Amino acid sequence: MGSKITHWALRLWTLGVMFFLLAPLVVIIVYAFNESNIQSFPIHGFSLKWVVAAWHNEEIFAALGLSLKIALLATVISVLLGTTAAFVVDRYRFFGRETVSFIVVLPIALPGVITGIALGSYFEFFDISLSYWTIVIGHVTFCIVIVYNNVIARMRRLPGSLREASMDLGAGPFRTFYRITLPLMSTALLSGALLAFALSFNEVIVTNFTAGAQNTLPLWIFGALRLGQNLPVVNVVVSAVVIVMLALLLLCYWLMTQAGTKQKEHP
Amino acid sequence: MSHLAARLWRHRGISGSLLLTPPMGWFVFIYLPALVVLLITAFWTVNSFTGVIERDWSLDNFVYIFSSHTYRDIILRTIVMAAAVTITDVVLAFPVAYYCARMASARIRILLFLLMLLPLWSMFVGPMYAWRIILADQGILNGLITSVGLSPLSISYSNWAVWIVFSYMWLPFVVAPTYAALERIPESYLEASGDLGGRSWRTFRKVIMPLAVPGVIAGSIFCFSLTLGGYIVPSLLGGPGSDLLGNVIFANVGAANNLPFAAALGIVPVVVMAVYLFFARRLGAFDMM
Repeated sequence: MGSKITHWALRLWTLGVMFFLLAPLVVIIVYAFNESNIQSFPIHGFSLKWVVAAWHNEEIFAALGLSLKIALLATVISVLLGTTAAFVVDRYRFFGRETVSFIVVLPIALPGVITGIALGSYFEFFDISLSYWTIVIGHVTFCIVIVYNNVIARMRRLPGSLREASMDLGAGPFRTFYRITLPLMSTALLSGALLAFALSFNEVIVTNFTAGAQNTLPLWIFGALRLGQNLPVVNVVVSAVVIVMLALLLLCYWLMTQAGTKQKEHP
Repeated sequence: MSHLAARLWRHRGISGSLLLTPPMGWFVFIYLPALVVLLITAFWTVNSFTGVIERDWSLDNFVYIFSSHTYRDIILRTIVMAAAVTITDVVLAFPVAYYCARMASARIRILLFLLMLLPLWSMFVGPMYAWRIILADQGILNGLITSVGLSPLSISYSNWAVWIVFSYMWLPFVVAPTYAALERIPESYLEASGDLGGRSWRTFRKVIMPLAVPGVIAGSIFCFSLTLGGYIVPSLLGGPGSDLLGNVIFANVGAANNLPFAAALGIVPVVVMAVYLFFARRLGAFDMM
């Protein structure tokens, strides 16, 4: 497969696929500055009026605040639970070890709508009214696996010799964990946390079933799209999110390439 | 404290179960019971006058689903759609995964992977709205098509639109495991094949393809499962005649307020996935997730 033609064909194909993935996001940003409230092609004029309208919309900022609060809490809980699960599965040999990794993956292996209605009927069954907390519970359930996968992948690559050296030099298991294992896992924990945060922040599939009167930002947008209301403002909100998320991704890129050059490790 | 730690270290069984209790507790007390409740609810019914759930066991929901033409069509359409989306994404993703695994530099690869996440991180529904603008009758695609003199398409709010956008949304889920499988193939295997006279196409068919299969299957699990239960895409981009299981389930939970019927419908994708996972496991896909 080393020939020049295949090389160029693959490069071209990849570029095409990336265009397919990213072009719609560019469309959203362009239409955010569309003067008309009808989303036709080509756009008729440039205007900032929808940006101003979005800025004065209190519903949007309330939804944004709620989404951030939920994502933060869901991330903290899932990092704690996901890391412990990964630690135990990697370090211990026990009966049912395979089952643990299977159960953890289940919420993303099953269709999201199933996790959604399952949690919805669970809350209904036990008379738990839908609230901020039920949304967090839903998010943690599928965020655990994101952290778990990231952390366990890193732990499998860590040489056991470093841990043994630390223990030989007299450090106890807790000290070894804080001084050796944790620092070596820090980038995996950070990327796991970032992925979990982004997943929670953008989630609608499960949230639709676990939210009561609360509107997270993606739910607000989904509602607006379904009812066909506020569409020009939706453009502005999504554009803002795309730009912030792009910045976050570039930060991830910087973190990941920095770590790569410092440690000079090849996966 | 250190005394306790040392004792726990010696009794690894105890420390292991102590550590495992919180994460497993989450699943044992919340997620798994939720799935059980869902299963049980599927055998209940809703009183059509009061709208209250009646907790009497019956197979009515299932009998209704499988005896009605409408629901059989919806199930069939959903499975065909999931298969079509999966095949599309495997075709689109394989060359990209191959390029990332064996040709791109580490920096380019990381950049590509991160950019691939952007559509999923745009409020999830953001790109779907963009596709509505692109595929509309007076939209961007038709604008471009008519400007080169072709006749416009009419694919907005149809199965075509649903197919395109599902393929768009789930593509990264197929690229990632396919890449993981391709990246694991040692260079020496390809050299050995070349040394033994295998031309590049033959090496590809006989060495690379078989080793990539588990990764492709792993990706297809996500793609297939996500499409089977997807309700956002059909409810935002589908039209008459493009109802899928997902949005029918969603409508029964919300507007129709018939949770037992939604639960019974929900059993269908779970059974389909169980069959799919059974075969995927035999093909070694679980090592690639």
